[in-house]
Amino acid sequence: MTLRAVPTLTLALLLGPVLAGLLGTLAPAFGILPVIGRVEPGLTAFAALLEWPGLGAAARLSLVTGLGSAFLSLAIVTGLVACWSGTRSFAAFRRVLSPLLSVPHAAAAFGLAFLIAPSGLIVRALSPWATGWTQPPDALIVQDPWGLSLMAGLVVKEVPFLLLMTLAALGQADATRAETVARSLGHDRPAAWLKAVFPRVYAQIRLPVLVVLAFSMTVVDVALILGPNTPPTLAVQILRWMNDPDLAMRLHAAAAATVQLALVLGALGLWWLGERGVARLGRAWVWSGARRAGGRATATLSLALAGLAAAVVLGGFAVLAIWSVAGFWRFPNLWPDTLTWANWMRHWPGVADVLAPTIGIAALATALALVLAIGCLEAEHRHGLRLRARGQWLLYLPLLVPQVAFLPGVQTGMLMLGARGGLGAVVAAHVVFVFPYVFLSLGDPFRAWDTRQATMAHSLGAGPGRVLWAVRLPMLLAPVLTAVAVGMAVSVGQYLPTLLVGGGRVQTVTTEAVALAAGGDRRAIAVWALVQTALALLPFALALFLPRLVWRNRRGMVHG
Amino acid sequence: MLKRMIAALAMVPALVWAEPDPADWDSVLNDARGQTVYWNAWGGSTTTNDFIAWVGDQVAKQYGVTLEHVKLSNTADAVARVLAEKQAGQDQGGAIDLIWINGPNFAAMKEQGLLFGPFAEQLPNWALVDVAGKPVRADFTVPTDGMESPWATAQVVFMYDSADMQPLADMDALLAWAQDNPGRFTYPQPPDFLGTTFLKQALYGVLDDTAPLLAPVDQADYDAVTAPLWAFLDQLTPNLWRQGRAYPQTGPRQIQLLADDEISLAISFSPGEASTAIANFQLPDTVRTFVPQGGSIGNASFVAIPYNASAKAGAMVVANFLLSPQAQARALDPAHLGYGTVLDVAALPDEQRALFDGIDLGIATLSPEELGPALPEPHPTWMTRIESDWIDRYGTAQ
Repeated sequence: MTLRAVPTLTLALLLGPVLAGLLGTLAPAFGILPVIGRVEPGLTAFAALLEWPGLGAAARLSLVTGLGSAFLSLAIVTGLVACWSGTRSFAAFRRVLSPLLSVPHAAAAFGLAFLIAPSGLIVRALSPWATGWTQPPDALIVQDPWGLSLMAGLVVKEVPFLLLMTLAALGQADATRAETVARSLGHDRPAAWLKAVFPRVYAQIRLPVLVVLAFSMTVVDVALILGPNTPPTLAVQILRWMNDPDLAMRLHAAAAATVQLALVLGALGLWWLGERGVARLGRAWVWSGARRAGGRATATLSLALAGLAAAVVLGGFAVLAIWSVAGFWRFPNLWPDTLTWANWMRHWPGVADVLAPTIGIAALATALALVLAIGCLEAEHRHGLRLRARGQWLLYLPLLVPQVAFLPGVQTGMLMLGARGGLGAVVAAHVVFVFPYVFLSLGDPFRAWDTRQATMAHSLGAGPGRVLWAVRLPMLLAPVLTAVAVGMAVSVGQYLPTLLVGGGRVQTVTTEAVALAAGGDRRAIAVWALVQTALALLPFALALFLPRLVWRNRRGMVHG
Repeated sequence: MLKRMIAALAMVPALVWAEPDPADWDSVLNDARGQTVYWNAWGGSTTTNDFIAWVGDQVAKQYGVTLEHVKLSNTADAVARVLAEKQAGQDQGGAIDLIWINGPNFAAMKEQGLLFGPFAEQLPNWALVDVAGKPVRADFTVPTDGMESPWATAQVVFMYDSADMQPLADMDALLAWAQDNPGRFTYPQPPDFLGTTFLKQALYGVLDDTAPLLAPVDQADYDAVTAPLWAFLDQLTPNLWRQGRAYPQTGPRQIQLLADDEISLAISFSPGEASTAIANFQLPDTVRTFVPQGGSIGNASFVAIPYNASAKAGAMVVANFLLSPQAQARALDPAHLGYGTVLDVAALPDEQRALFDGIDLGIATLSPEELGPALPEPHPTWMTRIESDWIDRYGTAQ
């Protein structure tokens, strides 16, 4: 296989499952599900869906939480970077970024719920001495019908993600010089950044922002924990119909998944319109040449919100740690009556059983994704096979199409091809979701590498292969390891692909953790969530530490 | 020579695909040795997970069967899997060998022809089962026809915090108490199994004549029969936890609310659950249980084998082991599981009965006399209809 074929092969590997899966969903949506004897195409499933009284509210919830959390996360990150980049507070943020990123969504959601619930830690800290409450107040905070706690749970996890993407983009955007010029023209720091740097940065982080939007609209685990349930978000309701013992409800679920897909497309369209509007306003603002010192309030607010997001994730994590060793612990006690290792002793054998498959799947999927990503990037370098904007979109398709909309179709498709759900199939499915993140993480540093080094190496007689292996990759050790860490974290967190493609026979820390979360034993959840976080955190720690070790005598190499 | 070889070859698939015959138990045991059984069972409860792990140890030791617990967050995932396999024409070598199942999931699989059997009544330990006294031959009034094998019984009890309240006599008392103590009671959100069970228990409580519930719903005047239920719920809902604007999604989440002192009263489908939870620090030791006057709904949990299971013999060995006095006594002990037995304990030989005599049922568990007779589950069509009406009335209105 030649290097030229790698980009095409990669696209086929990513898009094949998505398209096949979508077909497998659209067919039952339009009435075709041979196994229960439905072969006549029709619109009855949609008609039945329209009769469900919760449809309007569920669709609105999906839209509002998706657009709301994407907008809030972007606003917080933009404010933070505009007002604080280069300062000491900002450096502190960079340091906690990796741990924040590696806390799985579900674990962060549990942490948040236990902080803000009426029987949660905040109310406990104030009760009964300040509030007079000896029993938790009957207040609807978690799972509120407006989806506010759901949005909060999503924002605290999306802010670190978008921040990471923004930091990566800053290097490409020639930010420092642009900002310096703007400031020399008399703008204060936020205005200078927003006017001169933001447009360039946004062009680079646009796809990640859209991924956040699509993900927030269709997330299942966080919505189950924090989202309302009378009715729930559309994604959760789809899963409920999928789970209905009445098999005819699969048609219902497929129709709803089609609607969900349309909603996501609609939201992407709305976002696009919003971008246009903001661009027009922004241009007017830039041309107006106004110089006003109004950045103070924005600066304080953005730092406070970002700090709150970090505090919630880290605080929630601490609460999970306490629960994992808690004996009996009742409201309004701020601390458990007893501490015990019994929870860990009890769950450790189960954890130990799934550690090897979890790590093995993550390592294989990440390795495959890395090979494909380096192959694509190297093909781009050697043959100029650069994916244009449209091609980039295709790479992100698996992240933009709701998982609930195409994974059930993938499952059926695989079975029809005679492919057995097993470790291999799960690894292949994980590659579909891991690759975009690995590519995203590695692409910019790979392209930013100074190609004059290659020219030098060539002039010394090295062929292109040797340049890649002996010069480029060693110099890019840090970003390669970061990409590996991101890939491992993404793979460890996959729930639906593991469950559906593995046929339930492949168990990972995440499938076990989510199954237990359905129960609600906080101690068990805490133990599993901590293990899950540790698995995602460890590669990040290695990615930081290894380059320092390997390049301990090459100071300039440590930062890639 | 060649002909004979071809004939022999032709027989190979027949031998490989031959269905094990439960009546020939020795050959079942032979086939089972070395097989791996993938038991798909709800994985949300630590105690059941531990029990299943123990069953795995035992069948490995006693029969050489390897048991893998596939932990589901919803039993319907397993039904979906078998359905997808059938859809794809995979009629052998399916991914699932055994499912913990009952009620509507069983009715759906049986109706779609997704089950292997009959096998249950040919299992050697079937002889020990209390066929007359326990609901083991009908699952939600649907005849099991030997397509699933029972392994535990369950009966509705209410768990209450004796620091906050006293036992309640009936549904009227429950309503009056809820009106005096708003926000202190809730139930898992239907279509959660336990939440729907509360609706059925409430239906029994508000009806004078419960006979129509045992026949399919279209044989009765549905609106007239259920009118008292909706009247009851309309009064109850504003007095529920969070005014009925949110519900716990599962039984264990509801128990967590009781532990957090967010509620004082909760429903359970396992008479021993409260005692087990107290022992695991999951509930305060002031929790006790009661049964409303007039009795409470009872049913049995079953295991079934998909029609395309890979290890049918192994699965039958596990189903049979679950019926053994050793496993049943372990399941009954609240230190392990606290589930009711399906065996006729009084008829067991002395040595095996002794396994049950020593069990301390725990401080929050009612004695069999206090528990009283189990009311039969209504026909599944009632459940479906009431569930969907509940969702329209209370499940989508914010």
